[in-house]
Amino acid sequence: MIRLDNISKVYTRGARPALDGIDVEIERGDFVFLVGSSGSGKSTFLKLVLREERPTSGDIWVAGRHLNRLSSWRVPHLRREIGAVFQDFRLLPNKTVYQNVAFALQVIGKSKRDIQQNVPEMLELVGLAGKERRLPHELSGGEQQRVAIARAFVNRPPILLCDEPTGNLDPGTSVGIMRLLDRINRTGTTVLMATHDDEIVDQMRKRVIELKGGQLVRDQDRGVYGLETV
Amino acid sequence: MRLRFIFGEVFNGIRRNSTMALSVALVTFVSLTFVGAAALTQMQVQQLKDAWYGKVEVSIFLCPPDSYEENCASGPVTDGQTDDIVAVLEDGNVSDLVESVYVESREEVYENIVAADDSGVYSQLEPEDLAPVLRVKLTDPEEFQVVADATAGLPGVESVYDQREVFDDLFDFLNAATIVAAALAIVMMVTAMLLITTTIRLSALSRRRETTIMRMVGSSRSLIQLPFMLEGAVAATGGALLAIGGLWFGVQYLVEGWLTGSISWVDYIGREDVWSVAPWLILIAVGLAGAASLLTLNRYTRA
Repeated sequence: MIRLDNISKVYTRGARPALDGIDVEIERGDFVFLVGSSGSGKSTFLKLVLREERPTSGDIWVAGRHLNRLSSWRVPHLRREIGAVFQDFRLLPNKTVYQNVAFALQVIGKSKRDIQQNVPEMLELVGLAGKERRLPHELSGGEQQRVAIARAFVNRPPILLCDEPTGNLDPGTSVGIMRLLDRINRTGTTVLMATHDDEIVDQMRKRVIELKGGQLVRDQDRGVYGLETV
Repeated sequence: MRLRFIFGEVFNGIRRNSTMALSVALVTFVSLTFVGAAALTQMQVQQLKDAWYGKVEVSIFLCPPDSYEENCASGPVTDGQTDDIVAVLEDGNVSDLVESVYVESREEVYENIVAADDSGVYSQLEPEDLAPVLRVKLTDPEEFQVVADATAGLPGVESVYDQREVFDDLFDFLNAATIVAAALAIVMMVTAMLLITTTIRLSALSRRRETTIMRMVGSSRSLIQLPFMLEGAVAATGGALLAIGGLWFGVQYLVEGWLTGSISWVDYIGREDVWSVAPWLILIAVGLAGAASLLTLNRYTRA
């Protein structure tokens, strides 16, 4: 589903590479934690998968596409195969819960019927049925993140990228979000989640990829956050 | 769905940015009014040329007795020379430029002079003191110089006079006015374009959250950019419509209402000419907005 082949990324010539010779293969349906301290290259990793950035060297494949050769006008099609969730939720403050989720389908040209069918289903899945008409500021942090997840997943992409999705949430709420992501993963969706949250990683016991200074230092099935305590 | 989305975004954008949209419309209005005024002035010049040049003639004055002109040193024109000159006009190289040649005899020239003379200065004059004049009508009055060159040096020709010279001052003035209007129009159009650029940039920044999400969920670049482009285009088209309205009223009240009443012998442009300029003004407005969008959008809504 996602394959990085000896990927390096250098932002400014001469500086230390943000990623350095990374080889990773993530299969369809995998649940993978991407861990490492700030500046370890997690964000760059996600940006490369989303093709917000291009690698300096090496090859990258996502959802069957060779991103090195993907022309820029095909990028939107790639992004429709990837749902993205962020630490800061990125909801539209003047749109209701329903409208926020529907927006993602509107702007890729889905029909009204598709939207009317999919949005309520998705809100049900994330546990927000009955809150369709609320505005984001009327929701708790955890609920806002559920809206963001619903928006990312409403188009049923095969890949879900999560960049610190629990970073702004308290531990109790985070557990709920992780359950939701786990449920989405069980539908066959590949989930790649960058996180600092050691408790969650330790609890979930999923595959862990650890980056340090741009290098891959660990790729472990059913791993924990850090071998040495962080 | 998409159309409704796009128009909704355009409407919201203009509403949120209404003062900017209004300033874009006004600047476009002023610049396109100058463009339109320049175009209408040129149409007026053309119309006058068409109306007047058809009436004007080239006059070839032949040598009278006692002429001081160098070409007449050998004495007054002879009938044989007159025939030669007519032959050059009717059968020579320039014959296809010549529509007709009329030989005004000494007597006719004399009568015309006397008839036009209120002061009595010319009462001493006799037909014998004068020479015939050739009145030449051209197929294309603009080709005067060619005909003048072909005849000026011929034996018996005193001078060649183009009646168009009477109008040239007026046309020079109108052409200068056109240039001034066009120059102002260019300055204003540059201003309009910079303003549209700024407007689009502000609009794009204020909706960065939306465009970021659109990018993330795989919206096509055209769908992301189109609302901004249309926003600029709508504002600019509003300005073009104002300019068309302004020109229409200007022609109605200044030209048809006022000039036609005070100087009635001139053939003026009318309101219908404004309609023929109108589509071009709209096209220029949309073009300006499009160019400004292209310059701006790729930087502010990158895919």
